[in-house]
Amino acid sequence: MRARLATTVGGAAATVSRLAGKGDGSVIGGIIGLRLQPDLLSLLAAGRQVVLVTGTNGKTTTTRLITAALSPLGHQIASNIYGANMEAGLTAALSRAPHAPIAVLETDEKYIPAMVKATNPRVVVLLNLSRDQMDRAAEIWLLARRWREALGAAPGCRVVANADDPLVAWAAGAARQVTWVAAGQRWRDDSWCCPHCGAHLEREDDDWSCRECTNRRPPVSWVLTGDQVIDPSGRARPLELALPGRANRANAVVALAVADAFGVGIARALAELRAVTSVAGRYTQVNRRGCDIRLLLAKNPAGWLEALDVLAPPPVPVLLSVNAQGPDGRDTSWLWDVDYRRLRGRVVLVGGERRLDLAVRLEADEVPFRLVADIDQAVDLAGAPQLEVLANYTAFQQYRAVLGRTQ
Amino acid sequence: MTSLRLVWIYPDLLSTYGDRGNALVLERRARLRGLPTEIIEVNSDQRVPPDGDIYLMGGGEDLPQTLATRRLQADGGLLEAVGQGAVLFAVCAGYQMLGMEFGGAEDQPVAGLGLLDIRSGRGERRAVGEIVADVDPALEVPRLTGFENHQGVTRLGPRARPLARTTLGTGNGDGTEGAYAGRVLGTYLHGPALVRNPGLADLLLSWAVGPLPPLPPQAEELAQRLREERLAAVAG
Repeated sequence: MRARLATTVGGAAATVSRLAGKGDGSVIGGIIGLRLQPDLLSLLAAGRQVVLVTGTNGKTTTTRLITAALSPLGHQIASNIYGANMEAGLTAALSRAPHAPIAVLETDEKYIPAMVKATNPRVVVLLNLSRDQMDRAAEIWLLARRWREALGAAPGCRVVANADDPLVAWAAGAARQVTWVAAGQRWRDDSWCCPHCGAHLEREDDDWSCRECTNRRPPVSWVLTGDQVIDPSGRARPLELALPGRANRANAVVALAVADAFGVGIARALAELRAVTSVAGRYTQVNRRGCDIRLLLAKNPAGWLEALDVLAPPPVPVLLSVNAQGPDGRDTSWLWDVDYRRLRGRVVLVGGERRLDLAVRLEADEVPFRLVADIDQAVDLAGAPQLEVLANYTAFQQYRAVLGRTQ
Repeated sequence: MTSLRLVWIYPDLLSTYGDRGNALVLERRARLRGLPTEIIEVNSDQRVPPDGDIYLMGGGEDLPQTLATRRLQADGGLLEAVGQGAVLFAVCAGYQMLGMEFGGAEDQPVAGLGLLDIRSGRGERRAVGEIVADVDPALEVPRLTGFENHQGVTRLGPRARPLARTTLGTGNGDGTEGAYAGRVLGTYLHGPALVRNPGLADLLLSWAVGPLPPLPPQAEELAQRLREERLAAVAG
């Protein structure tokens, strides 16, 4: 009864928040509900099949893809589709869908231990782990250790993990049941050394092993290779996603592995994944004054590395935009971890509240650029029918607000 | 002349957030003055060459910091280079490693490299945010602007001098920030500390190669604008 009352009051607060124009109301309801009933999340999760999705990059997209891949089951699925991924966000997502037997929940990396305990998940998805917003996030070796301890203490859950990321593999290695996915690892600057003993890792292509202890890449059952997925039976299929980029292909293979754990046939799940075209505004195409603008979001060095791969080839101009508000991390040091030299030879525009930080960075990489105050000036200076926009979190949201929240 | 050799120590263990920036800034400012420059990245499974001109050490988490210290002690290349008068610039975890001891995982004291007369331990609170500090006038470097993110508290012994006095932020924890002795210099400004402090970059270069001609103003413009923007933003 208390759970019912807490969710009802929380739901009312969410409605007020939406009416007041303060976000989508997905967090405020959860916060109030939790205040009335601190174990509300456990009560709401009880009896449901919960999937927790975490990692530094790709959480929102993978959560969306898993939700799509599970849709052939025909059940209602609770999910925090707006990316509110801490305890209040998860609570709100479950209370919005009280009768959904399945929940797919994006979860902040730091909250995994507490959320594993609270929701007793059937599946935990570990995508990747790399440096991100160091001014507020935990150090990543420490984070991997906490994941490892939490998963070791949760014998009932299956972990779906990227075997190609040594930190992730070490964390998942403590779990009783693991489905290993060869999802690739583009960014390697956080995993040259063994998270178990600290020795330098032997790395060749995607394989890795420690020179001094027994830690090594586990044998995989799902593989991403080029645009193909190889399933545990060894059968290869083309992915042919609408979403662009290697990182999204990796996310899709993970989603297929989760769908398989729920008994959804691969062909049916894959058909659902192909129909996903945009996730919370990411990859959206918008026309502004005759220019087709595509919005890409990336928040940290690993994300920028993958996003730079996705950019349409020259001569399509590129607008890079960086802010350093709270959700972005207030420290712009990470800009120096990204290699921008491949942008040489194309029109590069630089915007956002911290555009001078980015300008100095590009100057060091000898990438010519022009500073712009806003998206319209970028469109004018680009002088092209197409513009690729790569922005970090709040910079992306600002452009989205200007361009209209079209999906 | 032969190239200026910038040796970046253990990017595989000591590079948490943009540490590459320091090597890139030194390289650019040397090249703009006609000095051929090479960056040598030395991973923790490689020997540290003793014949570099400027050595760079970045930040790191507790375990990598302890591992890197043990390897540098066993390797000996860095200690030899500094003994021969090479320049050493270290930030954050690297700064602590230069000292007599620092606090490792669970704050157990770990013996440092003994290159600076400092001792570090763990403080009560994590210091995270913008930092501004006025540099020792003897060094003739404009005030420092940067970002700190550490939980260290550092005390200087008689053989080290404070690099600066903080006007914003925490630094060493006693109103001072960083330390130097001879050509060894460390700071809590983390990551790409030289980006917003080209004066400090030039100090390190001049220690290695002698007096430097000024750069043409247009080569300095963006870095100066960034510096002014950051100093103005925290002065608010």
